[in-house]
Amino acid sequence: MKTTRRAALAAFASVLALSSAGAGLAQDAKPVKIGYAVSLTGPNAGGAGTTTLPNYNLWVHELNEKGGLLVGAERRPVEVIAYDDRSNSEEAVKAVERLINQDKVDILLAPWGTAMNLAVGPLFDKGNYIQMMATGITDRAPELTKRWPNSFWLSGTAASWAEPVVELMDEARKAGHIGDEVTMISVADAFGIDLAKAARKAFAAAGFTLTYDKTYPVGTQDFSAILTEIKDAKAFASFSYPPDTVAITESAQLQGFNPAVMYVGIGGAFPMFTAKFGASAEGLLTHGGLDMSDEKTLAYIARHKEVTGKTPDSAGSIVTYAGLQAMEQAIERVGSLDNTAIANEMKSGKFDTVLGEISLATQMMPSIFKAGQIRDGMVVGLGPRDVPGAGALVAPKQPWPAR
Amino acid sequence: MNTTTLRPYLAILAAAGLLAFTPLLVDSFWLTLAIGTLNYMILATAWGQFSGPTRYVSLASVVFFGIGAYTVAVLGEVLPWPLVLLVALLTGMGMALLVGLATLRLAGIYFVIFTFGLSEMVRQMVTWYEVNITQSMGRYVFLDISQETIFWQLLGLLTLVLLGAVALHRSRLGFALRVIGGNEPMARHFGLEPTRAKLGLFVASSAVMALAGAIMAPRWTYIDPAIAFNATLSFQVVIMAMLGGMSRLWGPLLGALLMSILFEILGSHFPQAFALLLGLVFIVIVYLLPNGLSGRLSQLLARPAPDLSLKEPHHER
Repeated sequence: MKTTRRAALAAFASVLALSSAGAGLAQDAKPVKIGYAVSLTGPNAGGAGTTTLPNYNLWVHELNEKGGLLVGAERRPVEVIAYDDRSNSEEAVKAVERLINQDKVDILLAPWGTAMNLAVGPLFDKGNYIQMMATGITDRAPELTKRWPNSFWLSGTAASWAEPVVELMDEARKAGHIGDEVTMISVADAFGIDLAKAARKAFAAAGFTLTYDKTYPVGTQDFSAILTEIKDAKAFASFSYPPDTVAITESAQLQGFNPAVMYVGIGGAFPMFTAKFGASAEGLLTHGGLDMSDEKTLAYIARHKEVTGKTPDSAGSIVTYAGLQAMEQAIERVGSLDNTAIANEMKSGKFDTVLGEISLATQMMPSIFKAGQIRDGMVVGLGPRDVPGAGALVAPKQPWPAR
Repeated sequence: MNTTTLRPYLAILAAAGLLAFTPLLVDSFWLTLAIGTLNYMILATAWGQFSGPTRYVSLASVVFFGIGAYTVAVLGEVLPWPLVLLVALLTGMGMALLVGLATLRLAGIYFVIFTFGLSEMVRQMVTWYEVNITQSMGRYVFLDISQETIFWQLLGLLTLVLLGAVALHRSRLGFALRVIGGNEPMARHFGLEPTRAKLGLFVASSAVMALAGAIMAPRWTYIDPAIAFNATLSFQVVIMAMLGGMSRLWGPLLGALLMSILFEILGSHFPQAFALLLGLVFIVIVYLLPNGLSGRLSQLLARPAPDLSLKEPHHER
């Protein structure tokens, strides 16, 4: 009995010792603590490992190269504390609490994805931390920026990702490549539903008729029946997730499904998509997009490859990085790590980033590409049409090359 | 069966009274840990109260937890909070009644499979409804309920569950349940009605889980079927109850506490190897502690069970 109790006490004491170990580091250089919890495991790990983590690593790498983060008069070294939220909301909440209260980080970086960001939003807000994310997309973004004044929903609303697709279809119709009839499928999950809903409205407003409009469950891999049903479609859009985006493209190639305009959803702008389909994906429309004639964009891509060893995706990556640059410049201007002061500077100032000069007055990123066309393995940004540097739509899409 | 002393009730109330000061003493990180631990304690105890005596392994904990959470997502901004909790409670009970009527005549092994299938089915049904009827998947829960309030609600619920468990253990129903768990055909010969007793217990246990889900939901802001009906939770609850052992009332409490500490240590110090280490720990538990910690401790102490005991009087089989 005694030994058991003593062992239990010892175990408990070591728990306490372990959890306070992080607090006792040398304070000489007073490093800036940067913390984040993203999904290293679970269903979100693929997205987080493509769009979010490499850019956090790149930013920290660049800071270290400069000798640290400039706060006031001195450059302070950065110390990174990273946890895994295991794609679970409750774990994300716990990890962010730990970062705020135990690790006492100066800057919190946002997790990947809409659900995780909403789960930790109240904690960021309570601690007045800046929450800046390129992977949180919700129609309630305008309302959330008011509720959480230090939050930046860089990617904006779900509707803003569907409307440019309709715009491009309209352009193809004006050029005579397609008629009034369009077909659409969507994944039965948050993003797919929101986008499909917005697209239905926009298609109707533009005078299109949806001749086919079906949802399919998450995890569907066989699309041959669907594509057979619409095999003569001239215009096709799929608001899909990465695994289905790949399966739909593959099925279309196998069955010789060749619409004049074809849009595929999330994943089309990811390097893994290009790696899989190579030149055969040329001319497909998908999400995101870059201005491939812009030197800053090209330099960013090169730097990303050099430091992280990976090609960035053509959508959220550059937005994530531009956001970090804006925050860094705001910190330099404010001269302290007071997050609310930094957020106010971010909302009022202009910043020189890889996306050019940007303003975050709306707490969203005003001009980023949300629909583009795959060319030479990258996505060239086409829409919204008013984004500077928008490319021209190349239509009709050429039939798939023989396999 | 000593059924007269008030000591266990007073002990539970005193412990709860002391713990109620926690939010005033610790920062919000520790409060978060405490909330997670209390939640697991409630679920593991509720699970153990049904599965201990009946020996039905339920993998449906998350169904009821998720139903509670979804009730908040749907009604949280419409009804006053106590009413939301009441609706969550009633919905959980209704669902448990349906499921129980359909399944509690099944032998244990089929029950496990059924409950596992149930969680996937409910998740798909909610998904279908959201896709086709409301046409929006996630739901937002913007309720200004503080961490402290959530802590106190959970503590209150746990207290009620423990008091109820002691009362149940001392009641005729509790005795009947132990007889049923020991030998069901014999219980029938005694004129007991196993199905009705099991059903009652299943409904009560499920209602508690639904309430826990409802209390926890405001912590996440955003709820979708994948979050609310995450099957991992069902397994965690089983592991916690088994680690603690179900032969004592405090077994699941101990199991939940230790697992929460373990999750925290693994998560904060070995985030990359979390799943691997957790799997190893589970294997160790099953190998070294087949009767749970409380069973092992009782064995070590080798003294007569105190009156709080839920140990079955006999189980020769």
